[in-house]
Amino acid sequence: MLELRDVSFKVEADTKEIGILEHVSFTLEDNQFVAITGPNGGGKSTLAKIIAGILKPTEGKIFLDGQDITEKSITERAKMGISYAFQQPVRFKGVTVLDLIRLASGKNLTAAGACEYLSAVGLCAKDYINREVNDSLSGGEMKRIEIATVMARGTKMSVFDEPEAGIDLWSFQNLIQVFEKMHNEIHGSILIISHQERILNIADEILVIADGKLVKRGAKEEVMPYLMEGTDSYSGCTIWKEGGTK
Amino acid sequence: MDAIQKQLLEAVAGLHEIPVGAYNIRTNGKSEARNSTEHIEITPRESGDGINIRIKDGTRKESVHIPVVLSQAGLEETVYNDFYIGDNCDVTIIAGCGIHNGGDAASRHDGIHSFFIGKNSRVKYVEKHYGSGDGKGERIMNPETIVEVGPDSTMEMETVQIKGVDSTKRMTRVKLDERAHILVSERLMTHGSQDAESRFIVDLNGDGSSANIVSRSVAKDDSRQLFQSVLNGNAACSGHTECDAIIVGNAKISSIPEITANNSDAALIHEAAIGKIAGEQIIKLMTLGLTEEEAEEQIISGFLK
Repeated sequence: MLELRDVSFKVEADTKEIGILEHVSFTLEDNQFVAITGPNGGGKSTLAKIIAGILKPTEGKIFLDGQDITEKSITERAKMGISYAFQQPVRFKGVTVLDLIRLASGKNLTAAGACEYLSAVGLCAKDYINREVNDSLSGGEMKRIEIATVMARGTKMSVFDEPEAGIDLWSFQNLIQVFEKMHNEIHGSILIISHQERILNIADEILVIADGKLVKRGAKEEVMPYLMEGTDSYSGCTIWKEGGTK
Repeated sequence: MDAIQKQLLEAVAGLHEIPVGAYNIRTNGKSEARNSTEHIEITPRESGDGINIRIKDGTRKESVHIPVVLSQAGLEETVYNDFYIGDNCDVTIIAGCGIHNGGDAASRHDGIHSFFIGKNSRVKYVEKHYGSGDGKGERIMNPETIVEVGPDSTMEMETVQIKGVDSTKRMTRVKLDERAHILVSERLMTHGSQDAESRFIVDLNGDGSSANIVSRSVAKDDSRQLFQSVLNGNAACSGHTECDAIIVGNAKISSIPEITANNSDAALIHEAAIGKIAGEQIIKLMTLGLTEEEAEEQIISGFLK
């Protein structure tokens, strides 16, 4: 179980203090699949980085299974069972796809073992396993490899920051299956930041973050109409509907 | 051979025992063991300061090992090895030098290797340099490689110096005939107060010739590195030189690519990049459970692979 208690994140710009996140509190239960949505620049990615330990909140506390992890490093949180898929995956010269999946799994995975994760994200394993995770891979390929590394970790808590970005429509259906499978098999908690209606549709709950605040939380039946209405506090939200229309 | 010498031999040539095929093993300034084969003849130079290696026309899928091991502190030597490779050959040459210096006097090995490659041949040349020992004496290696590649032939050169060599001045001069190719992959890591220089001068003299020089290096602590790559396009040729370096701590790295086209059909490219490890690379590996130090080590070892 992950709990954020009154978390704020402020930055200083031109001697002025800007609140990126303000007093956000929520709990993510075990085996719960939660989607976070909201307008760009609303603070969603900051929230994901705070959970992974990449950013430290300026106020508030974070608990994992009741333990205060606010001061824990990225490495400590990773070892405690938090995984994080980057919105913009990082490239490495000389590190192969197999190396990265092995590092993620924490064991000396065989090539066949690594292939399972790659196949699950729609990459033909034999074409990719020895490729370097460098500039020769496209953005979409990088995103899928990023998702494969989180799958290979198989931790109780996984955070994905806009996993659908750069993924073509054909692969998108597979992606949905990947998340459903993770949810069903690992029984861990999944938190996905997304603008995609089809991802929001498979979530147990949807959180809406706008202007640094948690403005709505609830089941999709409750939240989706709210998103579509475009209420004042949420007028900037962009939801991509099936078929690609805004 | 004693235990230290055996360990050096393994580090530079991957050898646990006497290799199969042609070889010459040099330890502490003397030839320890030598073997010629039907197609590969190894003979001492008349001046006594090295060997001649003659590889007959049509020699294929054979290898030559010529490792050098120095374990006696204060020993300084210059050795000349000349390789004459015939036509239609496909051979692998594994050289390498390991210095163990447990004393206070400097140990130095300067290996001057010349390759004269005939027509339509392929040569793979692998060279590893390694230093060990906790003495104050410096471990110095100044290799010079001279390569003349004949028509339709290819030289592939892999050089690695990862650990323990205090000072290196490396010089590689290459001349390429028609449709001759050279591929160089250099890997270098310096640490402490080490100094390393690596210079390449490649003359692309024949139409259809090509050169691809790729250097990846890591400089840590207070070490210094200089990489210079000169490509002279004297014919309808293509050349590419790339130096990619990671800098850590107070190290200094200079990269000087120089390309000259003396022919309007010469296509030459140089690329050079120096920078520290990207913070997000370390963060990514930390999210996989590695510590900051483990992440840095992983990134460097991948980069130098």
